[in-house]
Amino acid sequence: MTNPTIFVPKPDREAPAQAKGFLHWLKHHVFNGWFNSALALSLIAIIALTVPQVIQWAFIKATWVGDAANCKTSPDGACWSFIAAKFRVLMVGVYPAAESWRGIVGALVLAILIITTITNHLKGKVLIVAWLLLPVFGYWIIGGGFGLNEVDQSSWGGLMLSVLLALVGIIVSIPLGIVLALGRFSGSPITKSLCIGFIETVRGVPLITILFMSSVMMPLFLPPGFIIDNMLRIQTGMIFFSAAYVAEVVRGGLQALPKGQFEAASSLGISYPKTLYLIVLPQALRHVLPPLIGRCISMFKNTSLVIIVGLLDFLGMIKSASLDSEWLGFETEAYVFGAVVYFSICYSLSRYGAHLEKSDPVLQK
Amino acid sequence: MTENTRDSDTIDNDAINNNEITIEFKNVNKWYGDFHALKDINLKVHKGERIVICGPSGSGKSTLIRCINHLEEIQEGQIFIDQQELAGSEKQIDNVCREVGMVFQQFNLFPHMTILENLCLAPVWANKLPQIEAEKIALKHLHRVGIGDQADKYPGQLSGGQQQRVAIARALCMSPKILLFDEPTSALDPEMIKEVLDVMVELAESGITMICVTHEMGFAQSVADRVIFMDVGEIIEEKAPYEFFNNPEMDRTQKFLEQILSN
Ligand SMILES: Nc1ncnc2c1ncn2[C@@H]1O[C@H](COP(=O)(O)OP(=O)(O)O)[C@@H](O)[C@H]1O
Ligand SMILES: [Mg+2]
Repeated sequence: MTNPTIFVPKPDREAPAQAKGFLHWLKHHVFNGWFNSALALSLIAIIALTVPQVIQWAFIKATWVGDAANCKTSPDGACWSFIAAKFRVLMVGVYPAAESWRGIVGALVLAILIITTITNHLKGKVLIVAWLLLPVFGYWIIGGGFGLNEVDQSSWGGLMLSVLLALVGIIVSIPLGIVLALGRFSGSPITKSLCIGFIETVRGVPLITILFMSSVMMPLFLPPGFIIDNMLRIQTGMIFFSAAYVAEVVRGGLQALPKGQFEAASSLGISYPKTLYLIVLPQALRHVLPPLIGRCISMFKNTSLVIIVGLLDFLGMIKSASLDSEWLGFETEAYVFGAVVYFSICYSLSRYGAHLEKSDPVLQK
Repeated sequence: MTENTRDSDTIDNDAINNNEITIEFKNVNKWYGDFHALKDINLKVHKGERIVICGPSGSGKSTLIRCINHLEEIQEGQIFIDQQELAGSEKQIDNVCREVGMVFQQFNLFPHMTILENLCLAPVWANKLPQIEAEKIALKHLHRVGIGDQADKYPGQLSGGQQQRVAIARALCMSPKILLFDEPTSALDPEMIKEVLDVMVELAESGITMICVTHEMGFAQSVADRVIFMDVGEIIEEKAPYEFFNNPEMDRTQKFLEQILSN
């Protein structure tokens, strides 16, 4: 054999200048072709026409302090002092003022839980247990009992009520939905048909119907003397509704799991229930995290429907505040504020979901 | 390959001489619906024996070895492992299967767990070993297959060859008496096949009973005590490797060998 020629790789060169930078990006992603260019130009025109107006209204000409008379002096600007004046009602409804601190404590605990979760200070079982305890804590701190003054449920309201309904609905419905999904996935034929029956019935009915049924019809079916508060009944309806959807989402994840995972577990002598708990569920739940977060978001938005069965949640309070005769004519501000609050919460949730998906080493491939 | 032909006549004889039968198939028949996948299988595997099963795709090789750890149920006949029949309640079957480990073509590692967690899972949850002890065993086997330094990575971060070696280590952590391999190198890029085969050769020398479905004829020649050829759900021929490759009896075997060796 002759001596081999030694291979010398070419050095890397920098990419040519016209392939980089903002102008290149604009040319290739925004103004590529007449259709996209036209679209981009009209979008720019719309923004140029509206945004300055909005800024004028919301900030420059807005009134921040004072009463309704103050606001009338600047009719082209928003009246944020209206929101300030109604802030307590929007947050907690007609919850007794002397007990308002409990709403604040509840919000603080929730905030701490959220922050410790996002920063990964809570992990694994502790994390799950902490969140599972939250509904109990929420009902206790707001409703009272066990050392706290009881506050009648009819006076719960505002954003506090919306968050409570949504949080409890989501937190309770996720385990319930998982159980339903598992029942449908691998139960005996009877369990399976029960689960399917429940899931399909609930999914075949609009949430409003379920809320009406829980509010109006459930008392008819309960044994006499057995009274559940309207709010609790509605909460139950929301949990069932959400659970059916969570079950379908989770089922998708269960079905997507390769058969090999079950076979590997079985060949290692791991029993079927343990396989579900250790191998199947953790993977299935990871994969359905994005749609599950989507469910949380729509659950939160869905709470605004309880206004129909007589609960004054955040949206209900916005509506009733804008009907206040002292502050007539400021509904725009009320609804804009509502939209901003709903959007911030839902958008943060959605971002957090995306972040989870991106930061999970298992989902990277 | 030829320099690798066996120094193992002695081992061979040991296996046959001590005559302890580890796996026995008695008239086993298996159907998938109406499809007859295993036909009258009779097979005895001695303790410490190393068997290679080959045959065309769809001939029932996977089905056969998957019956040994009850991933497939049989409809007729009996399978014995260490004289215990693979039948009865789920618990009895589990107990028998505990002696059997399996390595799959697609590795089937648990992607949501680190390598170490993959290895400790069964010892901790099925054998009730304390975590620390399980980790000790796991690390021992990881080093044995040459990836002790990857314990904290996730399967998705390893190459195919490394993943398959992890899968072998995972099976070893349950200290099985029998190891089944179902085409362990078929899903691997060519340059990774050797690292897995090396581990398998090392295992073969350790005296564990092995049944490998594989088309790696070099491995069969150097390691196997017996080569079994299957087609259309039947065992067509079984012979010591030298005989099998040089004097195949049946025309089908000859054709198969021609095809596979011409590559
Ligand atoms: N789960 C199954 N259901 C129906 N048919 C199957 C199933 N598994 C395997 N088979 C069929 O049984 C035959 C043997 O399959 P297999 O044991 O996987 O073959 P091999 O491993 O030799 O390629 C094939 O014809 C295959 O199509
Ligand atoms: Mg196969």
